[in-house]
Amino acid sequence: MDPERPDQKETKQLTGDEKPSAGLISKVRESGAALKERAVEEAKTYKDPQDTQLWKSIFRVSHDRSDPRNRSLAVLSNVFLHLHPAKINRDAVRYAFTWGMGGITFYLFIVLTFTGVLLMFYYHPTKADAFRDILYLEHDVPFGKLLRNMHRWAAHLMVITTWLHMFRVVLTGSYKRPREFNWCVGVVLLVLTLLLSFTGYLLPDDQLGFWAVTVGTNMARATPMLGSEGPFGVQLGMTPFNDVRFGLLGGSIVDANALLRSYIWHCIGIPLVASIFMAVHFWRIRKDGGISGPAPMVLESEMKAIKKK
Amino acid sequence: MARFSLSKGRLITLGVVIALVVLAVLTVHDWHQLWKISSAPDNVPIVAMLFLVPFFTWLGIKQARANDRLVEELEKDPKLAKTHHRKAEPWRPGWARDIHVWPYLVRIEFLAAVIVTVILFVWSITLNAPLEEPANPNLTMNPSKAPWYFLGLQEMLVYFDPWIAGVVMPSLIMVGLMVFPYVDSNPLGNGYYTIKQRRVALWMFCAGFLQWILLIVIGTFIRGPGWIWFWPGQTWDHNAVVYDRNRDLHDIVADMIGFTQLSSSWVLKMIFGAIVVGLFFVVGALFFHWLLTRGGLDRMDRSLPFWKRVWLWMKTPDPFEQKLLARTSLLQYATFQFFAITVLLAMPVKLILRLVFTIKYVWVTPWFNV
Repeated sequence: MDPERPDQKETKQLTGDEKPSAGLISKVRESGAALKERAVEEAKTYKDPQDTQLWKSIFRVSHDRSDPRNRSLAVLSNVFLHLHPAKINRDAVRYAFTWGMGGITFYLFIVLTFTGVLLMFYYHPTKADAFRDILYLEHDVPFGKLLRNMHRWAAHLMVITTWLHMFRVVLTGSYKRPREFNWCVGVVLLVLTLLLSFTGYLLPDDQLGFWAVTVGTNMARATPMLGSEGPFGVQLGMTPFNDVRFGLLGGSIVDANALLRSYIWHCIGIPLVASIFMAVHFWRIRKDGGISGPAPMVLESEMKAIKKK
Repeated sequence: MARFSLSKGRLITLGVVIALVVLAVLTVHDWHQLWKISSAPDNVPIVAMLFLVPFFTWLGIKQARANDRLVEELEKDPKLAKTHHRKAEPWRPGWARDIHVWPYLVRIEFLAAVIVTVILFVWSITLNAPLEEPANPNLTMNPSKAPWYFLGLQEMLVYFDPWIAGVVMPSLIMVGLMVFPYVDSNPLGNGYYTIKQRRVALWMFCAGFLQWILLIVIGTFIRGPGWIWFWPGQTWDHNAVVYDRNRDLHDIVADMIGFTQLSSSWVLKMIFGAIVVGLFFVVGALFFHWLLTRGGLDRMDRSLPFWKRVWLWMKTPDPFEQKLLARTSLLQYATFQFFAITVLLAMPVKLILRLVFTIKYVWVTPWFNV
C-alpha cells in the first residue's frame, strides 16, 4: 500500500497542473481568513481589560458598577485597601471631621521612605564623604537638589501633620474607650517621628546639624543616674566615657561614630520600629470599631452616675 | 446660621487686636532681622504653625459650637432627643447611614496624596534645604539651636537644669500624654466635637499644647546670640552682655528676714527648698481641684456685669463637673494631679519666677537643684 499512496498523490498532483496550486493558495487564504476572524474575535475580548486573564489574576473582582457588592469586594480583596472597612459612616468622609491628618502623615512616611532610599544611593556616612556627598547631590546628581529638598520638607511637614492629627483626636474625644491603647501607640509614633527627624539632622555633617546634635545630646549627659553630670550619676560611677551619652554617640564627642549611629538609627533602626507601631496603630483602628465618628451625641442627662465596670 | 454682625463686644475685640498689631509694628526697629529669622528655611514650619494652629482650632471650635447648640436643644426637648439622629450634619430619612469606601473614601485619599505631592514639589523647587559650613567642633555656632520641634526643650533649659528640661520633662510629657485617656473619666464627647461636655480635658490639653508651641516660638523668634532675650524686631547684638541678677530663693528670703544661716547651711537650704516645693504641690493641687469643679462662664447669669459674673463663676461649683468628679477614681485623680502640677503648672510658674522675679533655684541640694 505504501508505494501506492505516494503514487496516487503524485498522480493527483501531476494530473492537474494548475488546480492543486490554486487549491493551496485558497487553502492558505481560507485558513488566513479564519485566523483573522479568530484574532478579531479574540481582540474584541481584549477591548475590555477587565475580562482578561491577566486582569482577573491580579484583581479577582469585577469593577462592574451595576453590582454594589463589587465595591465592597474591591476593598476587601485588596491588600492595600483591606485596611479600610467596606463601608463607613457617611459623615466620616467630611474633611472637616478628620482633617485627613493621620492619612497624610502616613503618606508622608511613604514619600520619605522613597526619597530616603534614593538619597542613600548617593550618601556615605563617613566624616570624609558625608558633607561632600551633599554637595555632590546638590550640584551634580540629576534632580539631586530636588530630592534632598523634598526629603527635608516632607520630614518637617510630617512633624506638623502628626501634631495636628493628635490635636484633632483630642478635640473629638477619639482617645476615649475603647481607643485608649491606640492613643498610647500614637504617642510612641509621635516620639519616633521626632527622633527620626532629629537623627536625620546630623547626616549632612554641617555646622547646623553638628551643633543641634551637640546641644541635644549634651542634655543626655544630665540624665539622672545614667549621665555623668546628672543627679546621682557620679555616685553611681558615671563618667563621660561610660554614660548614656557615650552610648548614643559611640564616643565622648560628636564624631565619626556618632555619624554612623545616627545614620543607622535614621535609615534602619527607627523606621523598622516605627513600621511595627504603625501596623499596630492601623490594625487597632479597625479592631476598635473604625474611625470614631462623627458619632451620635450623648446628652448630659443620659450619663450614668456610677461608672460601669 | 447666625449672620455675622458687629456687636459691641466684637468691636472692642477688633479694636484691641488692631491696637496690638499697630503697637507691634511700631516697636519693630529692625525689619531685616525679623525677616531673616522668619524666612530661614528651617523656620518655615513654625511660621506655618502660627497660621495652621489657629486655623484648625477655629475649625474645631466651629463644629463644637454647632454640636453644643444641638445638645442644648435636645436637652430641652426629650421627645426630639428620642427621634433625632444626634448630629449637627444634615440628615434625611431614607439616606443610607453608611457609604462605600470605594470610591467615596478612596478618592479623597487619592486627591489628598496628589495635593500633598504638589505642595511638596512646589515647596522643594522654591526653597532649598539649608546647608551650612562643614561641621567644625572648634567654631561654635551662636546661637546654636536645636531643630524647631525641640526648641521648646532647649528653651526650658533656661528655667530648669538639664536633667529636668532634657530628660525628666520630656519623659513626663510622654507618659502624661499616654495616661491622658485613662484619667479622663468623662464618657461624653466620644467621637464628636464638643466644648461644653468636655471643658476640663480640652483646657488641660490645650494649655499643654499652647505652652509647647509658645516655648518654640520664644526659642525661634526671641532667643538670639548667647541665648539672650531679643524682642522680635530687635537687632541681634553678638556683643550683648546681660548682667545676670538671678538669685536663689533661699538667698532672697535669708536677706529679707535677716536669717543668714539659710544661705550658708546646706541642710537648712535643703529643708527650706523641700518645704517650698511641697507647698507648691499643695497649692497646685488645691488650684486644680478648684478648677476641676468649675463649669462654663456662660452658665452664669448673663444679666450680671462681666466681673460679677466671673466672681460668681469662681465661687460656684458646677453640678455637671461635680458629677464627673464623682466618677473619677482616686488613682485617676491622683495621677491627674501629679501630671497637671509637674508638667502644666510647674513650667509657667518657673518661667514667671525666672523672667519676672529673677529667681534661679527654689530648691538647692548638694546633688540636684530645682
